[in-house]
Amino acid sequence: MDFFLQLLVNGVCVGLLYGISAMGFVMIFKSSSVLNFAHGELLALGAFFFLALITWAGLPVLIAFILTLVGCFILGFLIEKFFLRPLIGEKLIFVIMLTVGLAAMFKGLILLIWGGNLHTYPDFLPESLALKLGAIYIAPVYSATLVISVLFLVLFGLFFKKSAQGIYMRSVADNQKAALSLGVHVRRVFALSWAIAALVASMSGIVLGIINGVNVHDLSSIGLKVFPVVILGGLDSIGGAIIGGIIIGLLETFTGGYLSPSLRDVVPYIVLVFILLVKPYGLFGLVEIERV
Amino acid sequence: MRKFSFHPCGNYREDYAQELNIFDTDYGRVCLGLFLVLLFFVTPLTVSPYMLYILNTIGIAAIAAIGLNILIGYTGLISLGHGAFFGVGAYAAAILATRVGLDFYLAIPAAGIITALVGMIIGIPSGRLKGLYLTIATLAGQFIIEYVLIHWDSMTQGTMGITIPPAKIMQWEIAGDKSFFFLIFFCLVLMTWFAVNVMRSKYGRAFIAIRDNDRAAEGMGIPIFKYKLLSFAMSSFYAGFAGALWAYYMVSVTAEPFNLSLSVEFIAMVIIGGMGNIPGAIFGATFITLLNELLRYITGFLMNIGVVTSSGLNMAPLREFVFGLSIVLFILLEPRGIAEIWRIVRSNFRLWPFSY
Repeated sequence: MDFFLQLLVNGVCVGLLYGISAMGFVMIFKSSSVLNFAHGELLALGAFFFLALITWAGLPVLIAFILTLVGCFILGFLIEKFFLRPLIGEKLIFVIMLTVGLAAMFKGLILLIWGGNLHTYPDFLPESLALKLGAIYIAPVYSATLVISVLFLVLFGLFFKKSAQGIYMRSVADNQKAALSLGVHVRRVFALSWAIAALVASMSGIVLGIINGVNVHDLSSIGLKVFPVVILGGLDSIGGAIIGGIIIGLLETFTGGYLSPSLRDVVPYIVLVFILLVKPYGLFGLVEIERV
Repeated sequence: MRKFSFHPCGNYREDYAQELNIFDTDYGRVCLGLFLVLLFFVTPLTVSPYMLYILNTIGIAAIAAIGLNILIGYTGLISLGHGAFFGVGAYAAAILATRVGLDFYLAIPAAGIITALVGMIIGIPSGRLKGLYLTIATLAGQFIIEYVLIHWDSMTQGTMGITIPPAKIMQWEIAGDKSFFFLIFFCLVLMTWFAVNVMRSKYGRAFIAIRDNDRAAEGMGIPIFKYKLLSFAMSSFYAGFAGALWAYYMVSVTAEPFNLSLSVEFIAMVIIGGMGNIPGAIFGATFITLLNELLRYITGFLMNIGVVTSSGLNMAPLREFVFGLSIVLFILLEPRGIAEIWRIVRSNFRLWPFSY
């Protein structure tokens, strides 16, 4: 029973991580309906910025964290400005291929600078955040993750529902031309959504880095695992991303625990194929029935 | 004998059939003939074995890239699973050759057909949904196939790999770069010819209609699901065929080359060569393969002169970076790829000195 409970808790924790990794992805999809294949590399960039600031520059954790977030925000702007903006109005296929290219580029760049080895952050989270429920131990990172993901969920929910910018973003995602003709500043919306997505990505990259250590290959494979998560939750639902993340996380840990560890990494994709066949808009996605 | 037609000084086409001609002029036909003669009779006798090896790699990659171009360039569907399909072809050929004992001239097309079936299974979601979902399904397919190739020990021998018996027709054994050159380029010419002509037929026009506007295509009576699956099957057939050739050429098959970066490499070939252009796929394959070799040469050179140490600069990240960069630059600067550059260069020669 303890084994089961421990797996359950682990699954939820891993799932929350997937969920917050997926949030940035959903952000971009919601505002520009672009599938960002470079998401894992954005996670990795954030994690490595933080690593560089902490270990090479020797900055205190809080300052390094804020600097990373600011840096990634700017990076998101720049990516949008130099790579995505020329493609506004072009076919979607070009934009997706561009993100595939960007992914390869960033990955190569990170490998050139930091190499493919595993790096770790110095320990800085206070032990008081750790939770103990009977035999089950929840590491401080996971409770921090829980707090962060709930916080961001609420923030994003409010942002998309209440703020003007959030509503602009939804309008652009829904219909670019109509939004443009109603006076929405489409370019600004794109730039902002990429910047926010990069910021969220860097934050989740840091959290992932604290737990698993920082490694490009791991982080970029998580960037791809975002796909089953968002498809399950619904491509344009931020709450769905968290729930999808938890389901996928549970599925992974239970498969790893009871069936076979090697199957663990493939299960999400098998589930993905089934969802695509059965309920392609996911649990909370906007259903657009168009069978063409 | 009919009159040779050279460049007309205007557009004198009178019906659709003329519009569909592969060669505008006899000049092009003669040039292609000369090129093929040079390719088959002069190249293998003059170039070094290393160059032959590069040419063979280009030939195999070109077959796979043509297949992917049918899917991406003509039908407008993106596949991120072609690296895995290439692997399925390679393994299918290896298993057919070792377990069933098929000869290579049967095993290679059979491997292509098996890959086409696998591709169709992965492509089924495209029937329910449009656009991006197929891309995601093929991404899932890539990982699932990779897993199966590694873990289905009884069939694929896991990480050990399979060694393939040499390709034989009667008593004549195809081995070595030179004989493979003939085999690979014969297949390439055949596959190119097939692809070019399919694209001029009803099927090709249906693919293009789906790419340009699927709702309108459905409205004109094209059964979209059927044609999307057909395009997917054709494309996987090409990938599997290329994979099978590769397996015979490399003699042994292991699962690790068939990963996501191979898929990205194929996509890079299609984009850099030119989407929706069959010769473009060949240009793209040439470009990427040469880029690979150039990078290998550069890293070797840098190591020799001592600028970097062997541990300091690894080949893989640099390759990855340059690939990504070339995809990005081509999309931003010349989205129609090398084929378009080639067209512009040619028309410049033709129109010189009055280039407008």
